[in-house]
This record gives sequence, C-alpha cells and structure tokens, in this order.
Amino acid sequence: MTMTNRRLGRGVAIVGAGMSRFGAFPGQATRDLFVEAFQEMRASVDKGLDPRDIEALYVGNYSSDLFENQGHTAPIMADWVGLAPRPATRIEDACASSGVALRQGILAIASGLYDIVLVGGIEKMTDLPTERVTDTLATAGDAMYEIPAGFTFPGFYAAMATAYMARYGATAETFMQVGLKNHDNGALNDKAQFGARIADIMASKKARAEKKGWPVPAWSDEMEFLHDDRANPVIAWPMRLFDCSPISDGAAALLLVGEELAPSFSDVPLHIIGSGQASDVALHDRPELTALRAARLAAQQAYDMAGLTPADIQVAEVHDCFTVAEVIATEDLGFFEPGEGWHAAEEGRTALTGPRPVNTSGGLKSKGHPVGASGAGQVVEIWKQLRGQAGERQVPGATRGLSHNVGGTGQTCVVHLFERR
Amino acid sequence: MGKKEFTASSFYQFLGENKLMGSLCQSCGALHVPPRAMCPACYGEDMEWAEMSGEGELLAFTTVHIAPTAMIEAGYDRKNPYCAGIVRLAEGPAISAQILGVDPARPQEIEIGTPLRVAFVRRGEGEAQRTYLAFERG
Repeated sequence: MTMTNRRLGRGVAIVGAGMSRFGAFPGQATRDLFVEAFQEMRASVDKGLDPRDIEALYVGNYSSDLFENQGHTAPIMADWVGLAPRPATRIEDACASSGVALRQGILAIASGLYDIVLVGGIEKMTDLPTERVTDTLATAGDAMYEIPAGFTFPGFYAAMATAYMARYGATAETFMQVGLKNHDNGALNDKAQFGARIADIMASKKARAEKKGWPVPAWSDEMEFLHDDRANPVIAWPMRLFDCSPISDGAAALLLVGEELAPSFSDVPLHIIGSGQASDVALHDRPELTALRAARLAAQQAYDMAGLTPADIQVAEVHDCFTVAEVIATEDLGFFEPGEGWHAAEEGRTALTGPRPVNTSGGLKSKGHPVGASGAGQVVEIWKQLRGQAGERQVPGATRGLSHNVGGTGQTCVVHLFERR
Repeated sequence: MGKKEFTASSFYQFLGENKLMGSLCQSCGALHVPPRAMCPACYGEDMEWAEMSGEGELLAFTTVHIAPTAMIEAGYDRKNPYCAGIVRLAEGPAISAQILGVDPARPQEIEIGTPLRVAFVRRGEGEAQRTYLAFERG
C-alpha cells in the first residue's frame, strides 16, 4: 500500500494562532480557556479578523465527557466565540485530537468547501483526582485487552522504554536529560505550566524546606535530585515524575485560510506544505516496540507532500508525553537513525542551541499537556518560531517547522510541515 | 452445537477455564490472539479456535507505582507495585499481561527475554469474579 505523491487540492495557510496559558486553573472551564486562546489568535492576525467571516470550527478534544462531565463540546465552543450557527465538529483521537482537527480543517479548505476555518484544541483535566485522570487517560488504550493487564499510559511508554534500553543501551539517565532540556526551554515560555528549570525547582523546594524548618535536601546537582525517590518518585519504571507530562488545562486556536487569501490577513502567513496521518494496532501487536510505525508513515507522507527531507526542518515540536517518546520521535521523524536518538539527546543535539532544536516551547513535559489542546498548541510554537516571535527561545532564521502529535501509544499519529516564505 | 463466538467475552470465558485461546484463520493461516471473527490480514471469515501452549517470553515491561482504580482495588499501590508486560507467545502473537514471579521493587533485575508461562488470576467474589491473563516466570 503506497500513499505517496498525495497533494492538497488547494494550498492552505495559517494566518493566526493563539493559546491560553497551560496549567491548573480551578474555576475556569474549557470554554473560558478556549475564549482566551481565541482572543490571542484574533490579536495575532496581522491585518485583522472579523470573526463573522469564519465558516466552520473543527475542535480537538479527548474527553470532556469524563474530565468535565460535558459531552457535545463543539457547538458550545462555537457559541462562546460567537460562531453559532456555523458547523462545529469535535475530533477525538486521544492526545492527537487537535493535530487531527488541524488536518480536518486543512482538508475542508483544500476541498474548496470553505475559505476560512477555525481549528481549536481544548482540555480541562485538573478537576479530577489523579487516579481518575489515570483511568480516563487509560481509556485511550484497549479497554478489552491492554488495560486489564494493568497498563497505564505512563506504563505503556515505560514498556517502550525498557524495550528501547534493552535494544540500544540507553539508560534511565538518558530520559532524564530530555526532561532537563525541556524544562530549560519551558523556563523561557510564559505560557508554560512549569516555567522553571529543574535547578530552579530544586532551589524553591530547598527554600520551602528551610522556611518550614524541615530537613533541607542535600542534592548536589540535578541528576541527584532526579534520582531521589521522594523528590522524583517512580510512576511506572523507568518513567519517574519528571519523565511524565503533567495533568493540565488549556486551549489553543488556529486560523486557516485558502492560500490565495492569506495576504489579505497576514504579512507573514505559515504555508502548510505537508500533512500526514496514520493509525496502528495495539502496542502488543506491532512488529517493533522501539518505534511508532504510524509516526514514521505520517512523517513520510508529509515529507513526500512537501518534497522535503528531515534535513530541511529547522525547528520541531514533537509529542513528548513521556521523555522516552521524544527520543523515539526524533528517530521516527528521520532526524536521527534508529538507536541514535538517545545519543543525540545525551549530547545536547536537540537543545535550543544544538543543531536540531526540538520542543523549544518546553514540550508537553514543561509547557503542559492538556491532551486535546496539545496538537494545536504545538503549532502555536511553530507559528511563533517561523515568524521570529519566539523571544528568548527563538531559533535564528528558522523558515521550516514540523509538528508531530501522537494519540495513545501511537495508534494515531499526525505530522505537519510549515513554511514561512 | 455452534462454535463459541470469536469475541472478548468468549476469550475471557476460556480464561476462566484456564485456557488461553485464539482464532486460527482457515483461509490464510494467520493466528489471532485474542480472537477475531474476521481476519484483518485476508478478510477471511472461516475461523477455528486454537489453544495456546502457554509458553512465552518477555518483550517489554514496566512496574506500575501509580495504579489505575481496578488495580488499586486488587491491592496494589505505590508501596506495592506490580509488573505489567508484553509477552511473545511461542506460537507467534504477542499479548499484554500482568507479569508474576518477578520482584516489582527491583525492576533493574527484570530481564527482557525472560521465559514465561501462562497463569490465570481470579479477582472479585461470586458473580463479580473475573479471570485475568497473567504470565509467570518459570
């Protein structure tokens, strides 16, 4: 089965992008966060947007049903940003929901049906206690044949980590380096849930202990902190707390238009030059556990559509729901050969100042992972990077970027390529 | 008497009888564990039940410290973690299962490639009792 040489029937560009803060916001519902994202998106449209010109909404959301006891969220989001009675559609593909919503928005414009489409991503997770969040996330696995074995989402990725470690020689410390790097980047992002380096977090924990008169922890460096079972407990070995993305609330919004209309909205539009998506079987049914087959396929489709190779990409937001996932993603996207990704992570090749910057936003790890909003949130970072608006975390001169959004254990993967001309 | 349907319900009924069962496609010979009524490889619909030997090896694992509600109810928690893994059956297919006979407190000592043997774990009382698939170090 080959899916190469696919082209969009019409060019599509992003002319506006915005997001709410990501974090824990008691008292704010999904709709409130979506309005915040929408307002930032609207302000980002260089030549202005009359929201009444928007023709349809595609919104990614994993499980408002279980997280907030609210189903049928798309029309509510449309209403709250003044879009009713325009068609509003919710997309659910677990943590890839808004990456797939973006693709649906692109296809709707490429088909010729619409000229101007709003794509959203939303999730409100922090109203539930951790155990129920764990249960809700687990419904993205196979409830018949995976979850009864005791797998949780950290557990699935931890199992991939053990397979990767056994095959290629990586260690738990390799994955800790990914967390350190993403916290360094997130410290430069005012939207991030943890806008702090791990050294800053250690310092504030020490200060707190001192103030309370508790014994002050004697960590000599970050690795000692990350090996401390109390400060960084095991969630699912070898994944510890600082290997896992947090439980988050947040929303993101993207404005898509037919490419020929882009100049009337934006001085610097982002052209969508590649889009790919694939599905896969349950983790245990795959021929290998150290790569996501669907991510490889989605990336190949996107590269083929753009006529580009991995070497042409200067900045990438990848789905680091767990630190091991970032290492695997950098291989699946072709940035590094299979088995080389962990060396690259340890050597700082994916750092902001390295040759291959990955997750300049702080990634899901530090920026936060409101699951249905994460895919669209990644694109907000690429929007900023390619327009030269990423401030202290700017990758100089970046013109081509990539987003890689994964649902579940890789049963859904969606990859997009963007270009500033 | 007709064949038992190739469903999850039948799979778990068989587990209750201490049998790990799959379906064997009579058209292309593909073995499906857990069972399927239609072969996703050749679309064949002619299936026969096949019992697995119960031998397998560990492909990947984790020890779960933050457990889901169902495992908390079974007595596991942060202080009493359990091991979950993916097991390659001797017959070829792989499946997710709880892994017994290893020390979840010492995950560094659990080895990929460890030979395993099927085990059947009962949880719940009376009508609510269910049998879960597990594998045990031999």
